Amino acid sequence: MAQQRRPAARPRTHAAAYSGIPAWVRVLAVVAAVVVVLPLLAMVLRVDWANFIPLVASGPSVTALGLSLRTSAASTVLCIVLGVPLALVLARDTFRLQGLLRSLVLLPLVLPPVVGGIALLYTFGRQGLLGRTLDVLGLQIAFSTTAVVLAQTFVALPFLVMSLEGALRTSGSRYEAVAATLGARPGTVFRRVTLPLVLPGLASGAVLSFARSLGEFGATLTFAGSLQGVTRTLPLEIYLQRETDPDAAVALSLVLVAVAVAVVALAYRRPAGRAGSGQRTTAAAPAEANAQ
Amino acid sequence: MTLSFQAAVAGRGFDVALEVRPGETVAVMGPNGAGKSTLLSSIAGLLRPDSGRAELNGRTLFDLDGAPHTWSPPHNRGTALLAQEPLLFPHLDVLDNVAFGPRSAGASKRAAKAQALRLLADVEADHLAARRPAELSGGQAQRVAVARALAADPALLLLDEPLAALDIHSAPLLRRLFKRVLAGRQAIIVTHDVLDALMLADRVVILQDGRIAEEGPTRTVLERPRSSFAAGLAGLNFVPGTLDGTGVRTDGGLRIAGHDDEPGQLPTPRGSGVAVFPPSAVSVFLTDAHGSPRNSFAVTITDLEPHGDQVRVRAGSLAADITPAASADLGLVPGMTVHFVVKAAAVSVYGT
Repeated sequence: MAQQRRPAARPRTHAAAYSGIPAWVRVLAVVAAVVVVLPLLAMVLRVDWANFIPLVASGPSVTALGLSLRTSAASTVLCIVLGVPLALVLARDTFRLQGLLRSLVLLPLVLPPVVGGIALLYTFGRQGLLGRTLDVLGLQIAFSTTAVVLAQTFVALPFLVMSLEGALRTSGSRYEAVAATLGARPGTVFRRVTLPLVLPGLASGAVLSFARSLGEFGATLTFAGSLQGVTRTLPLEIYLQRETDPDAAVALSLVLVAVAVAVVALAYRRPAGRAGSGQRTTAAAPAEANAQ
Repeated sequence: MTLSFQAAVAGRGFDVALEVRPGETVAVMGPNGAGKSTLLSSIAGLLRPDSGRAELNGRTLFDLDGAPHTWSPPHNRGTALLAQEPLLFPHLDVLDNVAFGPRSAGASKRAAKAQALRLLADVEADHLAARRPAELSGGQAQRVAVARALAADPALLLLDEPLAALDIHSAPLLRRLFKRVLAGRQAIIVTHDVLDALMLADRVVILQDGRIAEEGPTRTVLERPRSSFAAGLAGLNFVPGTLDGTGVRTDGGLRIAGHDDEPGQLPTPRGSGVAVFPPSAVSVFLTDAHGSPRNSFAVTITDLEPHGDQVRVRAGSLAADITPAASADLGLVPGMTVHFVVKAAAVSVYGT
């Protein structure tokens, strides 16, 4: 095995291997890249750099950014607390209607957020399914910061469940089986084997959930409204500013782009240390041969 | 202090009853899909059979015949499983891997690590304690996996082809280690290798199609195989049929004369029996060479392959070993019809 890894460790040269990609595919690939990158570039070119700091640092903007970060952090925590068990049950259990449950859970991915907002309103709103009971208990969720967090959790949960379920399926349950035969109870197996093994998948899922929460607009507006300092997150602020102060809207948009870039970089960076351990494996093999 | 096990899995055509006495190592052999892994998984608690019951040292592992059913989860069974791949936890270093069992049993961190170090020293891997599994060779990793399984202090050790994934340099070292570790230990080892069964096990169980085809002391099974699989392991020609005097008559009407291997032991005539003879006792002729007390039968060559310094001539399920010179003289090629000739004195006949 160690022998097979050696070629991968060799530095890449320009004498690349045959790829078999037709020329027209490359052309379309470039067009695709342009579709994504050009609008971002256009926006960056429109930024009023001279007034960038004052525009971004204005009172309402800072309030909106702070609210966005706090609610997104809260919804990410909620996604982890609820999404990890859900992903585990979907990946490892077998039960009736499992496929249906998976489809329903992933529905918010493809649902227009405004529809999600309406659904939430009829669940937690004053006249909603649970809202009436909650109202009696003195709890009003709609149009509060809690509603923002709920709306963000609703749209972001599938991201965490999906990437974690994938990681769980990839890692398989063989390590868990070994751990159990070594005497570990299910709780111990979960804490000491399952979670550490899927930690990269969990991390990237959490980062994606955070990013989705940060960009949430439709469901928030519908379910939580746009009260400054309470429910007006950064995307809502940008939408409002666009009417009155386009320069401020562009500057704030750039802030969100920067956060998004950081998030993507964090989620998709190459796992550290893997190449290094491969090298050491090659070094260890001759030592073993000598020992024998 | 024994394992008594009986279970059936309808979906896999699996129905096996097995006992392992204290301190006994049993080798389980059989073709792929015979139910070897099903057997280990059911004992370890990773697979729930449809029916059956099992006890280990007086504790019930499962009882699916009585009502209500009892089912002990894998972590309560004391049956550590060692698979073909070491499956060391990649996020833990070697020491923490071995300490996993004791830690799970409630030992303190310090006590668990001390015990792990002792067991690593036992398998001559204490110098690897600080390494990550990714930094180990296949043989090293499997040695650590052995230490990890032993650290859990299992009442029964389950080994699922533990040497199969190792290269030819690491396997002998591991085999010696298992010889030492398994001495006097209650264990079941699934293996494809006759050498493992001979070296490591007191008794061998041959599984075929989800059922036990035969079992017995390893030497006896290899010397007097009663199943085609065991005969294949021992490298013997195996012709099943009906007993006919000191010979065996096959369903196809062919009679193979032999000698009564243990005089007076042959059961009543017309019982089922086998004729068993080594390929080295078979000569190959182009024409019929009759004459008692020889057996001669026409066969069609299916394959020729090198076998040590001989050529193995295969004809269906039968084989003959001849010298390369003889093979060349006869001009043997697959598809050719030749005569296999074997002296009756070289053929063992016994009842099954």
